Amino acid sequence: MTSWTEELTRARLHVVSGKGGTGKTTVAAALALALATGGRRVLLVEVEGRQGIAQLFDRAPLPYAEERIASAPGGGEVHALAVDAEAALLEYLAMFYNLGFAGRTLRKMGAIEFATTLAPGLRDVLLTGKVKECVNRTGADGRHVYDAVVLDAPPTGRVVKFLDVTKAMADLAKVGPIKGQSEGVVRLLHSGDTAVHLVALLEEMPVRETLDAVAELDSADLRPGAVLVNRVQAERLPARSLPVAAEGRVDGSRVRAGLAAAGLDLDEFTLEGLVDETVEHAIRVQSQQEAMELLRESDLPTLELPELTDGVDVAALYELAEVLAGAGVR
Amino acid sequence: MTRLEFDPLLDDPGTRVLVCCGSGGVGKTTTAAALALRAAERGRRVVVLTIDPARRLAQSLGLRELDNHPREVVVEGFEPKGELFAMMLDMRRTFDDMVLTHAGRDRADQILSNPFYQTISSSFSGTQEYMAMEKLGQLVAQDEWDLIVVDTPPSRSALDFLDAPQRLSTVLDGRFIRMLSAPARASGRGLLKIVGTGFSLFTRAVSTIVGGQLLQDASTFVQAFDSMFGGFRERAQRTYELLRSPGTGFVVVAAAEPDALREASYFVERLSAEGMPLCGLVANRTHPVLAADLPAAKALAAADELDRSGGAPLAAAVLRLHADRVAVAGREKRLLARFTRAHPGVALVGVPALPADVHDLDGLREMGRRLAGE
Repeated sequence: MTSWTEELTRARLHVVSGKGGTGKTTVAAALALALATGGRRVLLVEVEGRQGIAQLFDRAPLPYAEERIASAPGGGEVHALAVDAEAALLEYLAMFYNLGFAGRTLRKMGAIEFATTLAPGLRDVLLTGKVKECVNRTGADGRHVYDAVVLDAPPTGRVVKFLDVTKAMADLAKVGPIKGQSEGVVRLLHSGDTAVHLVALLEEMPVRETLDAVAELDSADLRPGAVLVNRVQAERLPARSLPVAAEGRVDGSRVRAGLAAAGLDLDEFTLEGLVDETVEHAIRVQSQQEAMELLRESDLPTLELPELTDGVDVAALYELAEVLAGAGVR
Repeated sequence: MTRLEFDPLLDDPGTRVLVCCGSGGVGKTTTAAALALRAAERGRRVVVLTIDPARRLAQSLGLRELDNHPREVVVEGFEPKGELFAMMLDMRRTFDDMVLTHAGRDRADQILSNPFYQTISSSFSGTQEYMAMEKLGQLVAQDEWDLIVVDTPPSRSALDFLDAPQRLSTVLDGRFIRMLSAPARASGRGLLKIVGTGFSLFTRAVSTIVGGQLLQDASTFVQAFDSMFGGFRERAQRTYELLRSPGTGFVVVAAAEPDALREASYFVERLSAEGMPLCGLVANRTHPVLAADLPAAKALAAADELDRSGGAPLAAAVLRLHADRVAVAGREKRLLARFTRAHPGVALVGVPALPADVHDLDGLREMGRRLAGE
């Protein structure tokens, strides 16, 4: 495990992506808590309309408004926002056109859905536009309202398209209000203020997808941040026993003798079960190590989060945040 | 709990289509491939349609690239009683082929070069699902296989597979696009009165944002497409009907995780609401305890004692990893029991996790054995 870098500490927008099923939302929430630790104010944003944050923090669905959802150690605060493309478009149109009542009617008729579907890039521009507004917003004292913003972004397969606002804009009008707004988004996303983190599991597919995503981010001139390896299994076996056990060889008599020393007298069947469990564990740990080796190709800071046998609840999020803070996240 | 029995299902000649669905990352593709392999070895003539397989898994089936046509799986030492074909879906190509088959050469070129078509066929979020259904329809129509096993596109929600085609056709068939594609009518007084000033404000706003050219392209595309297929909606409807026909069965795949099981619940409820036949739930990658007689607390106490005396590191490690496993297995069992309480009628099979990734026929065969509860 390597640690968080000085460069990442300077980022104000942390985009979190990853293959489906890797625990992207969980890790994004833990990252927000870790960044808030020590008294900072962090906004956690989701954009896919699935209310993952509300489910994770075990609360009612979030409205299209920023709400405080958690406190972090040391007086920090995490706020959350579920950005909705339709609401963002209406909010946006209202700045330039006096739609008023017509706006609501259009929404009812499904017109907004239509416009965002007609030009898929439009939806992304609107969502990232709202995120930019949150990152750059300043209070009456001239300071940023949020010290950091964590974005639970679309999965790796779609994230580059999502962030590549320049390309999306190619489909859209060359002039007009949205053009000006998107230029600000492009500046932010390609600056040192933004880092794109990738959540991975130590399995073949997620690791390959992570490496592909790193290459894709690089070629789109977006900055990969850290790889956040989720659900890392504890390695229980002594290092020298591991390769032999992974080949299916566990010295049953040695295990039996050890167990006897601890006062455990087990029948043959149970002992066989223990040996089988040990072999499976060893194979898993070994393939985990191989996956880790492969991940090193990315040459990015790699932070590990442990597999939590009891599952993820709010308390577990704090546990994961503590691990991240321990790895230098701030 | 009713146990989901795969062998009778695979052996039944009445089973013609199996659709494997579930949220992303739960092992749909592997499940689909393993079921297809097992069916072929039991004597069926099977084709498996995969969407986005891991490279090595694809290679193990002899799939080197997306070529959009089923190829027979020919691997040394693989001599099934039946036959196994496999293919990877190429979404863009399926869409292009669909256009080429139905339009004349000239009109096809006109559609294929339309910028709006290029956007819809490559990046619209429902297109992959729509094309998977389209391909399934084609395979059924070809009538060369007696069992088709379908993997579904990776999406966050299993429901997308059912909803996306409808969403695509709603957009392309919707009233706005009709208004756009019939500018003469839309500018006439009558229609404007009906939709009111909202629409003109809206088109003004939209064309400011997306540009007039895109609206123009969209409208040209829809007109050309409409005359060719008689509407997207009907076509989506036809493939939808196919999924409700006898001989089709849905296999819902989930990991023993809260999110995946929640998605599975939604999907199961939806299938029953739509009258679509559910075979059951595959709870993939479970970790049953293999030394069931040793309680975790006892194992941990013994491990602590061994650590204190420092004599038997291997035995202590074995005890600790056993305690981990008991905890994981207990949690998985609770989650599955909760699912069964909510859906008592749904047959279920737990598939113990293979310790390593599946990327060859042996792995698929082993996965098949576990699916069948062997």
